[in-house]
Amino acid sequence: MNRDPAVRDAMLAAVPSLRAFAISLSANIDRADDLVQETLLRAWANIDSFEPGTNMSAWLFTILRNLFRSEYRKRRREVADSDGSYADSMRTQPEQSSRVEFEEFREALAKLPEDQREALILVGASGFSYEETAQICGCAIGTIKSRVNRARTRLAELLSIESIEDLGPDRELRAVFSGGTGR
Amino acid sequence: MRERKQPSQPDENMSVTTRPVGSGPALNRDIQTKIGQQLRAVYDDIVDQGVPDRFVDLLRDLDREAFKMEPGDKDSAE
Repeated sequence: MNRDPAVRDAMLAAVPSLRAFAISLSANIDRADDLVQETLLRAWANIDSFEPGTNMSAWLFTILRNLFRSEYRKRRREVADSDGSYADSMRTQPEQSSRVEFEEFREALAKLPEDQREALILVGASGFSYEETAQICGCAIGTIKSRVNRARTRLAELLSIESIEDLGPDRELRAVFSGGTGR
Repeated sequence: MRERKQPSQPDENMSVTTRPVGSGPALNRDIQTKIGQQLRAVYDDIVDQGVPDRFVDLLRDLDREAFKMEPGDKDSAE
């Protein structure tokens, strides 16, 4: 049995990004945390199937995705964040205008088809390569590229982005989310 | 299968050249970059919350159980 403390530390280190991925999949923070917990339990129980030296993070994301997929089929998004618990959980409380844009983007993201959203997030936010993303999602690299492209096109449509300015005061947004505004 | 070499834009996984999809117009690179930035803002907002206590506790408990089998449990905090 591999019970190296380094394994635990690696799992712990992956938790923040696992949560971000889970929340973007489930749109519900409580469910997302349950999903992360179940992922960690599964991973721990099956640690022997993890090949040392390979990407622990990608392995955990694969488990989480599969758990979500099997549960998703049963529950759909019936408990999507209608009570605003996700919004309340946000660390930052940006100014109203930026907050609105943030929410608009999040809502647009939620409207993407499941396949496209997860591909976009894994590549564009989690920082996985196309190859790693293809492994996590169990499909071909070309499929991932296509999904990411369609996701971006759809997002641009949903947000009615016609020019760069339409995306809002980017400097403000970045200042807010870089944590520069401490209040 | 090799990925095609992309024009230099080192910080962006998102900056792959987009072909037109369906009848929609191709997205220009600036818009792609903006979408990428907003996506990461949403994502990083959660990442920056760090590790909630419940997961620290969970892994500590799992670890402790695992080490019970071994003599000299050094993890005796709390």
